[in-house]
Amino acid sequence: MSAEAEEIEGGRRHFLLVATTVTGLAGAALTAVPFLASWRPSARAQALGAPVEVPIGKVEPGSMIKVEWRGQAIFILRRTPEMLATLEDPALTGQLRDPDSKQSEQPEYAQNTARAARPEFLVVVGVCTHLGCAPIGRFQPRDAELGADWRGGFYCPCHGSKFDLAGRVFKDVPAPTNLRVPPYRFLNESTLLVGSDTEVA
Amino acid sequence: MSAAQSSNVSAAESRKGSLTAWIDARFPMTRMFKEHASEYYAPKNFNFWYYFGSLALVVLVIQIVTGIFLTMNYKPSAEDAFASVEYIMRDVDWGWLIRYMHSTGASAFFIVVYLHMFRGLMYGSYKNPRELIWIFGMLIYLCLMAEAFFGYLLPWGNMSYWGAQVIVSLFGAIPFGIGEVLVDWIRGDYYISDITLNRFFALHVIALPLALVFLVIAHILALHEVGSNNPDGVEIKKLKGPDGRPVDGIPFHPYYTVKDLVGFIVFAALFASVVFFAPEMGGYFLEHANFDPADPLLTPEHIAPVWYFTPYYAILRAVPNKLLGVVLMGAAVLIFFFLPWLDRAKVKSIRYRGWIFKTFLFAFATSFIALGYLGLQPATEGYTLAARVFTVVYFAFFLLMPWYSKIDKTKPVPDRVTYHAH
Repeated sequence: MSAEAEEIEGGRRHFLLVATTVTGLAGAALTAVPFLASWRPSARAQALGAPVEVPIGKVEPGSMIKVEWRGQAIFILRRTPEMLATLEDPALTGQLRDPDSKQSEQPEYAQNTARAARPEFLVVVGVCTHLGCAPIGRFQPRDAELGADWRGGFYCPCHGSKFDLAGRVFKDVPAPTNLRVPPYRFLNESTLLVGSDTEVA
Repeated sequence: MSAAQSSNVSAAESRKGSLTAWIDARFPMTRMFKEHASEYYAPKNFNFWYYFGSLALVVLVIQIVTGIFLTMNYKPSAEDAFASVEYIMRDVDWGWLIRYMHSTGASAFFIVVYLHMFRGLMYGSYKNPRELIWIFGMLIYLCLMAEAFFGYLLPWGNMSYWGAQVIVSLFGAIPFGIGEVLVDWIRGDYYISDITLNRFFALHVIALPLALVFLVIAHILALHEVGSNNPDGVEIKKLKGPDGRPVDGIPFHPYYTVKDLVGFIVFAALFASVVFFAPEMGGYFLEHANFDPADPLLTPEHIAPVWYFTPYYAILRAVPNKLLGVVLMGAAVLIFFFLPWLDRAKVKSIRYRGWIFKTFLFAFATSFIALGYLGLQPATEGYTLAARVFTVVYFAFFLLMPWYSKIDKTKPVPDRVTYHAH
């Protein structure tokens, strides 16, 4: 074989080597897709994550109920006028990291001082935004453990994060944002639907 | 060499017809045994610290064997998991022993591995030419952490549940919406559920043990390629006798197999004492909150990971910013990988290093233990402050190493190994 023919042969081999390698790698990457995708929430898991109806007619002002949605506790706190009054207090809002809920996760209708569609009812996901522990309701002002200037709110026992009565996070605690507000809507005066805020869903 | 080879051949011929010869003609059994045991020359000055490598192997075997038997009665479903563990403990003959061996083995694994790693730090075993041994070792450590984490969910106790919840949501700290998608992907659900348990089981009993065994083989092959370090940090291959063997080396078998057997017996006695008399180890090996079944709506009063993760957990909690805390915790583990290149000292062993390295190493070991303690405590203000101080010390050991290991005054290293510390 002449040197020229050898060169052509070499170029051809190089091309074939690169082409088959690239094709093989692309095939391997595509084969990985079904395996990786099989880890996503399955159709059944998605179905079980459907919205839940909650009767709220019997919840006393100042008390809280917990319901389960997608394995998470949903806190529904019926706030008294006194409780709602604390939320506007500049002495409190000055201590909060995100008083206007700009960095936090909530539907549009809950991005207000009360963080609620109806100020009376606070609906939040009872999962600390730090590492997913369950905060505890500490609604009494001047709580023995939380100090004399405590106005009531939520306290996370895991890492000491504190939230006010609208689930807004305090400064200088590990949780970065306010408690999440799930999508919800009132079906009627005494029924709340957690997990969906549109008619269709 | 050729004389040795021809004697091998004649030895093989004299055994012609024997089973060994039959196998050797088809599989390199004798050759491998020689290469890795009877003709693997290890430095003759190994001390106490050199027990922990072989003990780690022993614990790996304990975990694999007890693990196989546990899977025969364990059910990886949210409905049945907790009850099936109780069933193993109460109704399966000797089930309690097998399970306590497995749970004690988990803690023993980390005790042995931490001591093994500290040995490496003291004697510079990560330094050139053993960087790859160190990297394989660190990969083993990562696999081991993952293995322990996945395994901890399986009993489906309340601490299992919330521990998994906390660790999985660490990934949620990744910004740009990637974190949340990633967390749902890991769990396969919107919370830690049956689906999560089932896949953690698969990872715990198949994927990670396979990776572990493979990495352990790579770790040992790399070690046998370059040869073992020793308490003096002397390369014994530099000084060979007329027979071509290192003058300071002795065959691993029978010398170190016998020595390691003594270590194994002492270890087995201690291991059995824990298994029989203190399997919970006061709540450190088996946490008390885990005697309640998993409850997604009720967090245990105080969430702490098992003791072997607490140094990193303390670092995580010490940072008031979530993302930064997660990043720093990850960095605390991964920074070990860079050790071979951070250390600029000319000597390997602590015996010939100056006071600066000794001080830094002591401070590092102290901060690791202190962080481990703090990670078990509630996050009060005083403890958090202490954790911040020790976190700085922890990272200073690594980040300042290129500087202090270079300026540190070292002593001359002898040509031959010695039998005493200085």
